[in-house]
Order: sequence, then structure tokens, then C-alpha cells
Amino acid sequence: MSLFNQVGKYFLLLFRVFSKPEKMKIYYRETIKEFEKLGLNSIGIIAIISVFMGAVITIQTAYNTENPMLPTYLIGLAARDSILLEFSSTIVALILAGKIGSNIASEIGTMRVTEQIDALEIMGVNSASYLILPKIIATVLFSPFLCLMSMIVGIFGGWVAGVSTGVTTTQDYIYGIQYAFIPYYIVYALIKMAIFAFLITSISAYHGYYSYGGSLEVGKSSTKAVVRSSIFILLFNVILTQLLLS
Amino acid sequence: MIEVKKVSKSFNDIQVLKDINVLFEKGKTNLIIGQSGSGKTVLLKSIIGLYDADYGDIIFDGIVFNKLEFNEKKEMRKQIGMLFQGGALFDSSTVEENVMYPLDMFTKMSSSEKRDRANECLKRVNIINANKLYPSEISGGMQKRVAIARAIALNPKYLFCDEPNSGLDPQTAILIDDLIKELTIEYNMTTIVNTHDMNSVMEIGDKVMFIYKGEKWWEGTKDEIFDTENAELNNFIFASKLSQKIRDLKNK
Ligand SMILES: Nc1ncnc2c1ncn2[C@@H]1O[C@H](COP(=O)(O)OP(=O)(O)O)[C@@H](O)[C@H]1O
Ligand SMILES: [Mg+2]
Repeated sequence: MSLFNQVGKYFLLLFRVFSKPEKMKIYYRETIKEFEKLGLNSIGIIAIISVFMGAVITIQTAYNTENPMLPTYLIGLAARDSILLEFSSTIVALILAGKIGSNIASEIGTMRVTEQIDALEIMGVNSASYLILPKIIATVLFSPFLCLMSMIVGIFGGWVAGVSTGVTTTQDYIYGIQYAFIPYYIVYALIKMAIFAFLITSISAYHGYYSYGGSLEVGKSSTKAVVRSSIFILLFNVILTQLLLS
Repeated sequence: MIEVKKVSKSFNDIQVLKDINVLFEKGKTNLIIGQSGSGKTVLLKSIIGLYDADYGDIIFDGIVFNKLEFNEKKEMRKQIGMLFQGGALFDSSTVEENVMYPLDMFTKMSSSEKRDRANECLKRVNIINANKLYPSEISGGMQKRVAIARAIALNPKYLFCDEPNSGLDPQTAILIDDLIKELTIEYNMTTIVNTHDMNSVMEIGDKVMFIYKGEKWWEGTKDEIFDTENAELNNFIFASKLSQKIRDLKNK
């Protein structure tokens, strides 16, 4: 199918997702479920990845700035800025695309090929909205928290790695992470993250929703969901950076 | 009574249904038979509006269903029960929740009323003590019966069944067929059943329509079907060695 066709279909689906829900109570219940499934269950993996990310960034920065001309607090400062500006939003979003993107596409895809979506439609339910809206709300609202957590854990990981390998001291590191701190960087990262979450959820849901065939096709949809979400995250990363930082 | 008038449907330029005209009667089990891929599911889904036919009308007791506004369609759907091929039970809900689902969506009943109605329907299809189980925890035959219970929860006037006994052993298949027939008479429904199973035709085929490559090729009753001269229909009926043997014995 042509690109234009797909883009059109994607926006038509979004239009249905955001049309007025029939029974608010049921949506509320579903959204709570999704918070747990897509949000809370991602805390573990994000925390682990952030610790190691912070550690590696700190050690690499240390080796790249081994120059007596450069101040020692630079390590903390550079680690902080990379984590805040890029890693805790973009890298975390790419990880989430792999984790929740495939989950969403395969869940909705399975419902499609086993005709559960038809069963919803026949009962007068707007299946697009019922299945997708709670996921979008849950991920868009929860992902900034994941991002914030990733920043904290990442900077902590950097400190542990920096001090234990002896490339920096606690004092230097703490001075570094406070030096010339721009709070707007956090806002920028959180906005980016919320938009990435929207992209991941809506793109993955689109691929699941329009699966046709059997389990093989669901597998393919799920792969496509992850690949496309990742590409769009990177594309929007450029656009948003230009818009928000320049 | 459901009338299908001049219905055609294509997917990506491939015509799946060609100018279908047929009448399904009230209080009877109407069968759509045909090979796999002949367009049975697409026809059924076009009738209930899951697919929009490209051309033609679907008339439910005088109401042109495909011309209705969204809300009017929704109102009509309360009167339609559908049994999907694989059951299509919601995986993440229990048996009881599955049957209560249409009541949640369409009625203002209290939760105890809904539970009572769900249990009544489950009892009718002989499912007892399985309320708290999930679909993956019960057998295929039971899943089909739960799906039937869900389909009749709202006392529908129209019942649609897509290959209700596919994937079941012959004995269970007959039980399901008989259940559909009994319910049809009990609720005086217009029932349409898709099948490729000649056993079902013999068991419950009040009226039979044979679809071949998306076209209506033959229609009649289960008694007329064996006297047909129609070559494609004959190939379909006598596809198995067993049925050929019976025919040869009878002709001797
Ligand atoms: N959503 C769809 N998109 C494209 N082709 C479809 C779709 N649904 C059905 N078809 C095609 O229509 C034909 C008839 O399918 P179907 O009605 O499912 O056959 P059956 O008689 O086995 O139920 C098949 O060739 C199938 O590939
Ligand atoms: Mg079929």
C-alpha cells in the first residue's frame, strides 16, 4: 500500500480514537489497567538501562577529557547534559518502542485476527477508541515520569561508576552536575518524551488494528510497529530539538 | 426475515461477492454453504455491517440496514447476536464477564441483574461452574457454547453463526448445531449459519444457499439438495469418499 494511503488510514484511525466515548466508566477502568501494564511494568527495565547508561557516559566522558587544561567538574556536567538532553528521552523512548510497541501491536493484532474486534463492533463499541485511547492516555501521562526517573537513576549511575573507577570524586561530580544547570532542559526532555510516547502507542496500535490473516501477520505487524516507531522517534527528535531548543 | 439484494463486495479490486440475492426466513436456520474462501464470511459480515457492501441493500424485516444512521444501526445491533468462527471471546475477561459484556454495553441493568441474566444464558447452553474461568482455560466446544451464550444475552431477533462447529469433533459439532436450531425456534429468530459441513446441512438445514466463488450458485432445502443436477454443488456434497460410497450404495 502506498505511503499516502497509509498516512491517510493512520489519521482516519486517530480520528476514530478521539471521537466521543460511549461509556466513560469502562474507559476509566481500561485506562487504569493500561497504566499498570504499559507504565508501571516498564519501570524495572528503564531503571536498569539508565544506571548503566549513566555509568558508561561518565566513564567515557572522563577518558575523553583527560586533559589538565580541562576542569575536573566537567565530567559531571557533560554526563548530566547528555542524560538530560538526549539519553533519558530518546534512548528511553527507543527502548519503550521495543517493549510496549510490540506488546500493543501484538495484543491488538491478535484481537483483530481472532475477530474480537469484530465482536466489539457488533456490540456497538467504537473498538478503535475503546482499545487505543486508554493506551495513549496511559503512556503519554506516564512516560514523563519514566523519563524523570531515568534522569535521576542515570545521574546516580554515573556517580557510582565515576567514583568507584576513580575517574572523578564525589565532590567534583556533585559540583559538575549543578554547574550552569538549565532547568528548561528537563522540560524539553519531558515534552519530547510525551510526544514519543504518543508516536509509539499510536503507530503500534495502527499496525495491530489493521492486521489481517493469522499469527504470522500479527508477528509481522509487531515487527513493523517497532521499526516504524523507532524511525519516527528519531525523525521527531530532530524536529523537536530544532523547535524547542533553537 | 432478512433480504439480501444485489450485494457485491470487493477487496483491493478483487471481487469477493458478486450480485448476491437471497432471502433468509424467520424461525428457521438458514445455511450458507460453500468451500473455504468462497466468500461465506464476507457475506455474513456484509449483512451485519462489519463490512460495507460496495453495492446492494440488506433489509432486516423491512428496515434497510445499510442505509441507517450510525445511531440507528447501533440500536438495530442490540437485536443481532453473532457467533464468530473462533468464538472471539475476550481473552482478558472471564466466562461470566464475557456474557455480561453486551449487557454492560447496551442495558442499564444493575450488576446483579446482569449476573443473573448471564447465568441464565450460560445455563441454557449447559455451562455450569465455569463462570470464573478464562477462555484459555476451557475446551473449544465450551468456548463455542459460551460464545453462543454471549450472542443470545440480549434476546436477539437475528442470530449469525460463522462455522459454528469448525475445529470440533463430530459429536460436539452436532450438539452445537442442535443447540443453534433449538434456540432459533425458542426465540423465533432469523438464524443464518455459515458452514462447509454436510453433517450440519442434514442436521439443521431448513433452507440452504450454496455459494461458489462469490456467486449464489444454488438454493433449496436439505431434502432437495441430493437431487440437484448442479455440477459444482455435487462436487461439494460428494467431496468425501464416505459420501461417495453412500451415494453409490444408494444408486445400486
Ligand atoms: N479483509 C479482507 N481483505 C482482503 N481480502 C479479504 C478480506 N476478507 C476476506 N478476503 C478474501 O475474500 C475471499 C473470501 O473469504 P471468506 O469470506 O473469508 O471465505 P470463507 O467462505 O472461507 O468464509 C478470500 O479470498 C479472502 O482472501
Ligand atoms: Mg469463513
